Amino acid sequence: MLHTVNKSSFERNSLQSCLNTIDDSSVILFIEDGVINAANNANSSMIADLATEGRIFALQGDVEARGISSKLADNIKLVDYAGFVDLVVEHGTAVSWV
Amino acid sequence: MKFAIQVNEGPYQHQASDTAFQFAKAAIENGHEVMRVFFYHDGVNNASRFTLPPQDDRHVVNNWASLDIKDADGNPELVVCVAAALRRGMLDESEASKNSIDGNNIHPAFRISGLGQLIEAGIQCDRLVVFGD
Amino acid sequence: MATKKFMYLNRRSSFGTVYAIESLEVVLIAAAFEQDVSLAFMDDGVYQIVEGQETDGIGMKNFSKTFHALGDYDINKLYVSKESLEERGLSESDLMPLVYEDEDDDWEEKPSIRVVTNDELKAIMSEQDVCLSF
Repeated sequence: MLHTVNKSSFERNSLQSCLNTIDDSSVILFIEDGVINAANNANSSMIADLATEGRIFALQGDVEARGISSKLADNIKLVDYAGFVDLVVEHGTAVSWV
Repeated sequence: MKFAIQVNEGPYQHQASDTAFQFAKAAIENGHEVMRVFFYHDGVNNASRFTLPPQDDRHVVNNWASLDIKDADGNPELVVCVAAALRRGMLDESEASKNSIDGNNIHPAFRISGLGQLIEAGIQCDRLVVFGD
Repeated sequence: MATKKFMYLNRRSSFGTVYAIESLEVVLIAAAFEQDVSLAFMDDGVYQIVEGQETDGIGMKNFSKTFHALGDYDINKLYVSKESLEERGLSESDLMPLVYEDEDDDWEEKPSIRVVTNDELKAIMSEQDVCLSF
């Protein structure tokens, strides 16, 4: 499954709820304000292991728009909108943690 | 692959509609089909033909219209939920005359229909992606 | 028509935003399509099905009663996160007693609500074909 998270974990608990219920084959894509979760910050430990496994993606346009390109945590994979489409194709059911 | 997209937020207030538009555009450009975009909750406000953003801003409604998402018979597949639309003052010609209101505001690239269209899209498409708050 | 597994993911309470009532409106329509329907209640979404909601004081429609009708529409898989309940000081006894009549078991009345752990919810979610989030 592909899980999209569009909120910062400093603002809402959607990332935590997503992490509580994703299975071992799922990946997470951060979009909109969700890319704040991809920056190196006090909450980065939430996603560090998944990122090491190559399961954390962030939408490049949203990262750049928020000025955090140079502040990303380790092992975050950036995708453009076409890459977002590919993730939906590859990973089956899409779950939005709105 | 065949996609359905659900948009839950209005234009400008939230990025959801912009992200959904960029996603739909990328899907089409990469050879996929976007069978239907379903506008629900405040998302129905994406269909207002009276939308007038300042010149230096993107035009969210025209962006959607530019994708030209239609069925085989040429009917728009940018679908606005009727119940959500009516409660927010979004009317097409038929709903306006049915309710004796002297105006309508649905952009011609969109059409009003029931929630069944969302479920049908979920059944018929390979993927349904939700964009919301 | 092929049958797909649809999950409706509810994570917000009833009245602060429109999502809960408009989610329920989709679920009621979905019943007519004879798909496999599940509802999940997580985070503040668990408050949607708490017993004793009274809306006279806020001038809004009390749609919580409508959840009782779901059983009649063969919508009888309402999964509620155990962890979300516990975090909020709630337990299953605080929820509405939602039931359905099981046609495969001599129409015996059975509970529609199933309190599940996050791990159980994980397994249920991974089986879904379509997930609608509200």
